[in-house]
This record gives sequence, structure tokens and C-alpha cells, in this order.
Amino acid sequence: MLREGQVRIPSGCAVSGIFSKSREPICGSEIVRSIAVMHDRSNGLGGGFAGYGIYPEYHDYYAFHVFYDDSDAKQACEQFLERHFDVINLSKIPTKKVASIVDEPLIWRYFVAPLPHKLSDSQLNEKEYVARCVIRVNSQINGAYIFSSGKDMGVFKAVGFPEDVGEFYRLEEYQGYCWTAHGRYPTNTPGWWGGAHPFAMLDYSIVHNGEISSYDANRRYVEMFGYRCNLLTDTEVITYIFDYLIRKQGLTLQEAAQVVAAPFWDTIRRKPPEEQERLTYLRDIFSSLLITGPFSILLGFEGGLMALNDRLKLRSMVAAEKGDRFYVASEECAIRVIEPQLDRIWAPKGGEPVIVRLNSGASL
Amino acid sequence: MKRVYVNEEWCLGCHLCEYYCAFSNSGETNMVRALKDKAIYPRIQVEGDNNFSFAVSCRHCDEPLCVKGCISGALSVSGGVIRLDTEKCVGCYTCILSCPYGAITINADHGVQKCELCPAREGVPACVEGCPNRALVWEERQ
Amino acid sequence: MAIQYIYPEFEVVRNADRCIGCRVCERQCANEVHRFDPESGKMMADESKCVNCHRCVSLCPVRALKIVKSDHTFRPNFNWSGDAINQVYQQAGTGGVLLSSMGNPNPYPIYWDKLLINASQVTNPSIDPLREPMETKTFLGKKTPCIRRDGQGRLIPERSPRLELSTPILFSAMSYGSISYNAHASLARAAKALGIYYNTGEGGLHKDFYEYGPNTIVQVASGRFGVHKDYLNTGAAIEIKIGQGAKPGIGGHLPGAKIVEDVSKTRMIPQGTDAISPAPHHDIYSIEDLRQLVFSLKEAVNYEKPVIVKVAAVHNIAAIASGIARSGADIIAIDGFRGGTGAAPTRIRDNIGIPIELALASVDQRLREEGIRGNVSIVVGGSIRSSADVVKAVALGADAVYIGTAALLSLGCHLCRSCHAGKCNWGIATQRPDLVKRLNPEIGTQRLINLVHAWTHEIKEMMGGMGINSIEALRGNRLMLRGVGLNDRELSILGVKHAGE
Repeated sequence: MLREGQVRIPSGCAVSGIFSKSREPICGSEIVRSIAVMHDRSNGLGGGFAGYGIYPEYHDYYAFHVFYDDSDAKQACEQFLERHFDVINLSKIPTKKVASIVDEPLIWRYFVAPLPHKLSDSQLNEKEYVARCVIRVNSQINGAYIFSSGKDMGVFKAVGFPEDVGEFYRLEEYQGYCWTAHGRYPTNTPGWWGGAHPFAMLDYSIVHNGEISSYDANRRYVEMFGYRCNLLTDTEVITYIFDYLIRKQGLTLQEAAQVVAAPFWDTIRRKPPEEQERLTYLRDIFSSLLITGPFSILLGFEGGLMALNDRLKLRSMVAAEKGDRFYVASEECAIRVIEPQLDRIWAPKGGEPVIVRLNSGASL
Repeated sequence: MKRVYVNEEWCLGCHLCEYYCAFSNSGETNMVRALKDKAIYPRIQVEGDNNFSFAVSCRHCDEPLCVKGCISGALSVSGGVIRLDTEKCVGCYTCILSCPYGAITINADHGVQKCELCPAREGVPACVEGCPNRALVWEERQ
Repeated sequence: MAIQYIYPEFEVVRNADRCIGCRVCERQCANEVHRFDPESGKMMADESKCVNCHRCVSLCPVRALKIVKSDHTFRPNFNWSGDAINQVYQQAGTGGVLLSSMGNPNPYPIYWDKLLINASQVTNPSIDPLREPMETKTFLGKKTPCIRRDGQGRLIPERSPRLELSTPILFSAMSYGSISYNAHASLARAAKALGIYYNTGEGGLHKDFYEYGPNTIVQVASGRFGVHKDYLNTGAAIEIKIGQGAKPGIGGHLPGAKIVEDVSKTRMIPQGTDAISPAPHHDIYSIEDLRQLVFSLKEAVNYEKPVIVKVAAVHNIAAIASGIARSGADIIAIDGFRGGTGAAPTRIRDNIGIPIELALASVDQRLREEGIRGNVSIVVGGSIRSSADVVKAVALGADAVYIGTAALLSLGCHLCRSCHAGKCNWGIATQRPDLVKRLNPEIGTQRLINLVHAWTHEIKEMMGGMGINSIEALRGNRLMLRGVGLNDRELSILGVKHAGE
């Protein structure tokens, strides 16, 4: 049977996210409790988490989380990393045996910084250099897969129900200001660890529920700019789209949201002339990055979180607030289970992003 | 009131209007049975040649000379349409002489005939419906 | 001629039980096939003159006529078909180059018919275009992002010149001269009403149609007929015609008989002279020359209008398109080997060029590999026969399609492929006033509008089925296609999987 990356697999899902605007540490177990409530939205073929602010002691280094099929792959990848990076620390990612999680690959973590002379020779900025190295490993080194590559953040994912995945990675031992989680319901795959979500590129991580109908149009467009969609998943291409729009093109989050979930032309026509021009510009120039079909996305990034629904709101998503905390999930129950007393709860409209950021000056 | 108007620019001189007229006024339901091997007496006539042609039929004038001149009261105006009562017609042909358009003609029985806008049909007269190029139209004009 | 080598291809079958002798067939046949015989009181036919245009069939009020292919035959020979034999007879008799019209009719593969479209089931909802917005608006032009902001950090929404279409369909280039005034009037009016564009072709723009300028693409071809500053400035875009699918490698041909007074004025050439465009543009012998022409035209219109470069789909089309995409052109139009024409040498029409589906797939892929797909929009033509072909073209990577033959069919054309004779019974490919007036533009406009509306509805239905509610998300979305009965090589060029995969 073909595995993820060799065939495109549609899947339904559950997502959940928690964010502390004042950078209060949130224990990983909270997000596990939240996603566990939506057990029925997953089928045990993929679960995962992204935590931000989890590596304060290494916050200046890129944290690479890597899956290896075997030690040959590990050796090849480490050779590559050593040629391109200063590796400050490397270790196995601590895990715990869980009965339902089987066939685990080798799972390693590296804290790295680009080698200064390599970086300057490349004539790239630092992030582009790191991104290209990650894409290279993932597309060229067989059996090695870097699934997390941001600073002071990390992705933890596996084949299994998300609550089991959380237990497996011992998430109760991590604390961060932002967590996102994903439970997956793929329709025809034995599941592959790399194919679980979140999908991440540098500090962007995406969890997504949906099946986008624009997939191949989006994929073929972003691949023009050096990205390689090896997994054939929505999440992967969506991550690259945001990376391209925000990091490479310099759009704001709001503008990027207006590209991927562009307002309908009828809506644009009713806006004041200046706004019309701006929205038309974004929609026209980046027309190949419009995402159609159902999706609810949580985009995690350094210092913030964005929640976005497709423009018809074909997937459920609710958001809530309590004090400095922001919550978002596929279902209300996933929020109530960790915070029954909410200040406010609402269903964001299709195509209208909800963006939260750390308060200025917030620190651990 | 809706009338049949002629856009001579689009008339192809195909004469189909004449055949559809004859069929419509034949009382038959099958065009072949109505017209095959028969001389036709259409109430609309195409004038002109291949380069310039147009169809002529009763204009249903507001002040019709034919009605004024009719000695037997066979011609009358009813709802803007000039109608012919063949029972009353004595065949004096005064109407034919007085019509400035030549739109009244002699029928197979030597009586007179004219366009009555296809009273047997609902709506659009047969000539208009059969015109392949909208040279004949059925519309209200000021 | 004492020996008649060629037996007529068609037979005119008249049902004597039905014929009422109205003679409309006789009056409407410019080829003089039908004749009334006063002695017998019957209609007669000379089928040797029949081109099978169906004008008589369509107008016969009692459906007494039909045209059938003659079953007269040569001794069956797989290699020497009847057509091949007849063409030899024809050339042995005349010594001339065979002329034909409309697109290549030969049984080459039609890839559109070997591609199937996807639809959503369960994992993803289909969208109902009757109840939800379904967008087909398309912009053609450069889409190269260059984010600039003002002092306050606001986006400066400046875009290069472009065309805005309500639906991804344009009427392709058909010159005034090759087609009639009334055909042009119909196309122009329909384009305006539909919010799309028609294309002047290489014959200039009749003064009467300047008012449709905002919906007109003005063409500049190698003959430069009718090209002047006002003409360029009147159109919404300028198209440089390098070649066309029906006759790659040669220029347009318009027989002198079609150069009547008005056509001569519009083309700025003497009445009655043959208008034979040079095979190449004599100022374009290489790609860098094309760049110069693109920019001279842009200069002439103050950089306010997009420039389209139209080429025929030939073997090296991907590299050619890549060159064009770097030439400053805003839009590439590619015309497949099935593309129509008013007159082309038969051998060229039937043997030169490649299918548009393969050309489109390889151009789109090549431009993406080079990272320059955003430099240009791609418009394809050369036999887009239905809304399904449009959907497949867009999914393969086209921004929009040109329709020519389909537009003519909606005006009444019956594909008799005799345009070059200039006696079009439908008033389309003729300049004879008595024939031209057979196409009433009021009817023609409405039929074109109907066609494009109908296709747009169908496009929306198919998009909705795929769960796509905006045409841009379909563009280049090849996962929405599967091939049937194609070999691996064809699938790999088309960039699609086989059905079942």
C-alpha cells in the first residue's frame, strides 16, 4: 500500500488550541485533555501537538525534530546537519511506551544554528537558509524527515489517537504559552508518522481540519518558489502558503488570510473604493493561493496564533476567551472541558481570521 | 397595439412568410396537406429582388381607407384589427383599389382576402414566427 | 469536362411526398444546387455543387430535405482512402495547392475526450451553485507579486494592465473580411453584454465597432492590415499574432473576392487584391525581436494595455512559451492544431502542429518549473467544444479559453468547411451583401450570449461538484483530472493520473 507522500489521502479531523496572551506557562497536559474530548473526530491514525515557548533554554536555536526510518538515514542526515549547522545539542526525544502507539521510528531532536560561513556563502537570509536545508533533507535523504524546525517551539506527532500521542511524548513535562493539537481521521491510509499533523516550517505550524479542493492549484503554485510538497497533504501546502505570503512576500497575517480565504467578489464590490482596490489586488495577484473547500486552520507562529475558517465556513470552529487565555477548537466541548467558565464564546465567521498575539512585554 | 412590422434590412426574400401565412389560414393542421400541389393565396407578399426585398401585409391603419370605402360593411375595425366578414363581402374590390399598400388581394374564390393577424392562432402571427431572420417582427411601436 | 473524376460527396434527398414547392431551398442556396423545373413542376438538385451546409435543410418548412453522404465508393483500400484518391484527381486537374477551411477534421486523438473530471463525495462537500456563490471572474495579465507599501504601511495596490472577464471565455481572432460585418457586429455586441472580449483578427477594426473598444482585442499580424495608432488605442488589449493553429508557419490568406469596399478601407489595402500576410513577421526573426515589438506596442499605447502573443502549438511550444513569458508579453495565447480558419492549404491544416491539450500541459508545467508562470496568463484555443473542455483546459493550467468555431456554430455555421469559397449561405464567411444580411446581428448576438451563459452555468455546476467555488482554484488543479485510455507518456505530459489511481 502506498504511504503518505506517494498518494494523496483525504481526511477529516479535530483541532484545538490554547494561547496565553500574557505568556503564562500552560502545561502540555491541558491541550491533551482538550483534544481527547473529541476522540470520535479521530480514528487513531494520527495525532499531534505544537507547543510554543517550550524551549526557553535554547530559544536562540532552531529546534529540529526528526523521524528516522533507520540508522542509515540518521547517519546521512546528521552528516548533512553537521555540514550546514552548528549542532549545540542532540538527543532522543523522551517518550513513554504506550500500548496503542507502535512502529515508532527513531525520534531525535537537535538544537542548531546555521554555520556562519555557509550562511554567508549562500547569500540567503537565515530563515531562507534553514528552510532550504529542511526541504532538502526531507526531499533528498531517504528515511529522514525533519518535522519541526522553529525556534523555541516544537511539534510532537505520531500515528495514534491524540491523547495517546500526548502520553507517548510526555507532554505533561512541557510548558508553553501556546499549544495546538490535532486528531486525524484519514480515510484510506495505514498512517505514517510524518503524515500526522501539525505540519511545520520554521516557526509556522499548521493544524487543519478539512479537505481543500484547491490543493493541486495551490501546490503547483508554491512549488515554483522552492517548496516541495512531499506529503501531498493539505496541511503541508497551507503551511508553505503562509510561509510564502508572510515571510517571503511580507504580507501581514490579515492580508494573508484575505488571500487564502479571499472575500467573494460580491463582498468586495460592496466595500469602499480603496478597500475594493486592496482586496482585488490581493485576490488577483495571488489568485493561485486562494484555498477552496472546507477548512479550519490554526496557524501557530512565534508570539501568536491565528484561527481561520474557509469562506463558506464548511468546517466547525468555535473560539473563546477567559482572562488572558484564548481558546479555539472544532467543538465547544473541547474548550469547556478545560475551562467551563468562559468570558466569551463565539463562532468566527467564514473567511474572517481571529488573530491573537502576546501582549507587548509579556515574558516568562 | 402589437402589429407586424417589417425590417427590410433583414428580409432575405425567401418567401417563407407567404407559405406560413397560407398554411395558417388554411384551417389545416399539416402543412404538406395544406399546401402541396396547390396554388397558394398568402395574405402577405414579398416584394423586391434578391438584393432588396420586404414583405407587405395589412398595416391595420388607424384611419383605414379600405374600411371607409367598403360598400357592404364587410370590413370593420375591431380592437385595432381590420377584419373582413366574407358573408357580407360582395366582391366589388373597392378595398383593393383604395388600399395604398396593395395589402388586400383576391383569394381562390375570387373574393377578397387580407391579413387579420392570424385570429386562429394565439399570439404571434404565423408569418412572424416563420421568418428566419427577424425581418418580420410582432411588436408595439409608437 | 468530359471525364468527371470526382463523384459528388453528398446526395440531396428530397421527399417528394412532402415537398410543397415553395422554392426556399432554391432561393437560399448560393451554390445553386436546387432548381425548379417548370416542365415537371418539380424541384431538382445538382449535388455536385452541394457543400453540405444545411441551409436548405434548416429552412425547408416541411422537412422534405436531407443531405446524406454518398455511398458511391472506390474499391475499399485502407491506405488509399477515397479522400486521398480524390485529392490526387483534383490536383492532377488543377495543378494547385488544395485549400480548406475550419479546423483539422482528421481522426487524430482528442485528449479532451480522454480526460475525466472529479467530483466530491463524503470527505468534502460539493457546493451547490444555485444556493452558494460560484465565481468565474478571471483577470488576465501579469501576476508577479511585488509588495510595496506607502508611508503608513498600507499596500499600494498597483497592478499591470490586464483584462477582466466575467467568465474564462473569449471569442478568438476572426478578421473582418474572413467573416462578415454582421458576424463581427454579433461578436462585438455579445462580448460587451457578457463582459468578455472578442478579437478583431488581423483585418483591422471597422469604424462602426470602435464603440465596442473596451471589449475588443486588436490584433497585429505580419501583414499589419488596418494597424494604426487609433486602432491600437481603441482596443482593450493588443494581440501579436505569430501563428495560428490551422496553419502554423504561414500567414493569413484572404482571397481578393472578399476584399470588398468596406473591408478594403478597414484593412487599408486596395479593393479586390488578395490579402496574403507574410509567413513570418519581418521584424521578428528571433525572440529578442519579439521583445522589441512587444515594447513598441506598449509604448504606442502608453503602457496602458496588456499585450498578448499568439502562437500556434508546435513541437517546441514549451520553450517558445518560456521565451514569450520573458519577452514582456502579459498573456500567451496558444492555438492548437484543430483551430479553425477561413482558408488554409489543406496539407498544412491537416498535418502541422500538435494537440492543444498536450501543448497547454507542457507549457504550463514548463513555466512553473522555471518559476515564471506568474509572468503571463495563458489562453488556449484550437477546438474548445464545450464547457467540459473549458473546465479541463483550466484544470490543465489555462487561465481562459478562446472559442472560435463554437462561436461561429452558434451563429449558424454548419462546419461545411467551405469558407474559402466566400459563398457562406449563413452570412458568416462571406462578403456578398445578399448573403451577409442573412445573419441578423440581433439574433446572432443573442445566440452567442446564450451559448456563453449556458457554458458558464455548466462550468459552475462542474466546479461546484468538485467543491471549488472560484475558478482560480481550478486553474492548474490537475488532481481534478484523470486520464482514460492514455499511455504513461501521454499521462506524464498531461501531468494527470490514470482513472482509478
